Amino acid sequence: MPVKQTQSELKKSVYRRPQELLDAQTHYCPGCGHGIMHRLLAEVIGELGIRERAIGIAPVGCAVLAYDYIDIDWSEAAHGRCPAVATGLKRVHPDKVVFTYQGDGDLASIGMAETIHVANRGELITIVFINNTVYGMTQGQMAPTTLLNQKTTTTPRGRDPSSEGYPIKVCELLDQLVAPALLARTTVATPRHVRRTKALLRKAFRYQIDGVGFSLIEVLSPCPTYWRMTPADSYRYAEEVVAKTFPLGVIRDVRENE
Amino acid sequence: MGAEQAEGETLLISGNVAAGEAAIRAGCKFYAGYPITPQNELTAFMADQLPLRGGIFIQAESELAAINMVYGASAGGARAMTSSSSPGVSLKQEGISYIAGSEIPAVIINVQRGGPGLGNISPAQADYYQTTRGGGHGDYRCIALAPATVQEVCDLTYLAFDLADAYRVPVIILSDGLLGQMMEQARFDHLPPPDPPPKPWALTGESGRERNLVRSFRLSPDELEELNLKLQANYAKIEENEVRCELTGPDQADVLLVAYGTSGRICRQVVERPLRKLPFKVALFRPITLWPFPSRELAELAEKASGILVVEMSAGQMVDDVRLAVEGRCPVELLGRVGGQVPTALEITERLEALFA
Repeated sequence: MPVKQTQSELKKSVYRRPQELLDAQTHYCPGCGHGIMHRLLAEVIGELGIRERAIGIAPVGCAVLAYDYIDIDWSEAAHGRCPAVATGLKRVHPDKVVFTYQGDGDLASIGMAETIHVANRGELITIVFINNTVYGMTQGQMAPTTLLNQKTTTTPRGRDPSSEGYPIKVCELLDQLVAPALLARTTVATPRHVRRTKALLRKAFRYQIDGVGFSLIEVLSPCPTYWRMTPADSYRYAEEVVAKTFPLGVIRDVRENE
Repeated sequence: MGAEQAEGETLLISGNVAAGEAAIRAGCKFYAGYPITPQNELTAFMADQLPLRGGIFIQAESELAAINMVYGASAGGARAMTSSSSPGVSLKQEGISYIAGSEIPAVIINVQRGGPGLGNISPAQADYYQTTRGGGHGDYRCIALAPATVQEVCDLTYLAFDLADAYRVPVIILSDGLLGQMMEQARFDHLPPPDPPPKPWALTGESGRERNLVRSFRLSPDELEELNLKLQANYAKIEENEVRCELTGPDQADVLLVAYGTSGRICRQVVERPLRKLPFKVALFRPITLWPFPSRELAELAEKASGILVVEMSAGQMVDDVRLAVEGRCPVELLGRVGGQVPTALEITERLEALFA
């Protein structure tokens, strides 16, 4: 005899949008890594139970409207200045969980001094660094992390080290400083890496909550639009090519064995 | 310094240190600064005193970082201040525009020095345009206060925090190297304990309320226009309520000296202790708020005057606002000293004679 099932049993939820993610249509390009990262952030904030304590600092870049997508208190910052804004905020509200969410132009070009000094002071904040090797919002210019020979609107013949220098490895740069607690590079290019990214994000926020120290998680993110690839190709490219210049892994973890 | 003061007691104190002491008594909880002459005494004072009196001090990596730290602290609801001198204040202009556009309070002290460029470390008044005509991008205004004595540095710094919080605007205190460095008597015991207003808009974590946003970005022109009109309405209220100025000398003066800050105090000497007898009556009209500028008050006085001499330590910046207020009622002349030079009472007197005798 067939078992009668109720409507609700038939429609049991196995996967839902986290509460912390607002029901908004994002403006990101199809295949953009920001979509994955926003979700991971929302999940981690929810799972750690810090939604009422979290304050995000949004960048100038593709993620300028991040505050419309994640339901916590947010501040904007001028281009590159998120770490300085975060410093002021965290110092006056040490019990809150303050994080910045920045692209590679914001963090490593105009904001390089703020990035280095916030890490050097060991501010108890978390930086989420989305590295897509290019300026997205302004339509595809060279960034400090642009690969050699990569064509962009300001390197139309490809990045030439003799005039444009070399891509900067921010985690390794900050590893020269004494204070940082966690510096790691990951990617969202494959499901395995997405899970790894979530674990690192969680750890980074825990290091703030537990007073361990400053953390920065660098996430190699596909940019199909300005890499001029299909989304599928861009995900392969992030894992196979971009990660050669920017090796994945934990560069520093003061609590490595815990 | 920073010790308790007995009732009625005066202290011998520099302008720079007075600003720091007044700020702390006004409830300043966060200060970020960077070394630059001639205001280093203020930064050092805050480094020493602020952490001992319930606040946070940070020497930032640049003046640019400092103003953005102030932005963050203020966004969190704390009374926050930074200070610098002319070239460093140039660096802060972007941050000040963001503070104005995001409708958060902040206090900025500019201890002016000679410019443009690296200039020198002597006192000047050449940042008037920068202070009152934006300095940064966009349609915004800062309340600008111009002390002329160390006591005024104290009183106006205290006031700055109340004004910044009341109107949610940046307030700039326009000091200069002479005022910052000189030592004068000042009292602090008349300052009431700080009473900051509630800040329901502040970022404190979304606990039991809708989320708060501190931002100035409005992608749609309709929304940005709405924000700008709101700001303009706020500025109109400030213009109506917060003008401050002082007249020294005879009513019905024939000739007016118009000057602020250090120039103002030298002109006061010309009026109160004249070096020679002049064949006309001279009074000093001293704006204390440079924005809002006391246009109405000046226009009234200009009705009865036969001439105005503006004295500035610049090539002539405030003189524009004087001419706008006077609207041709009487001639407006300028005595401007540039490059860090300070005018003397004698040269002002001689110029008055040459122009109006």
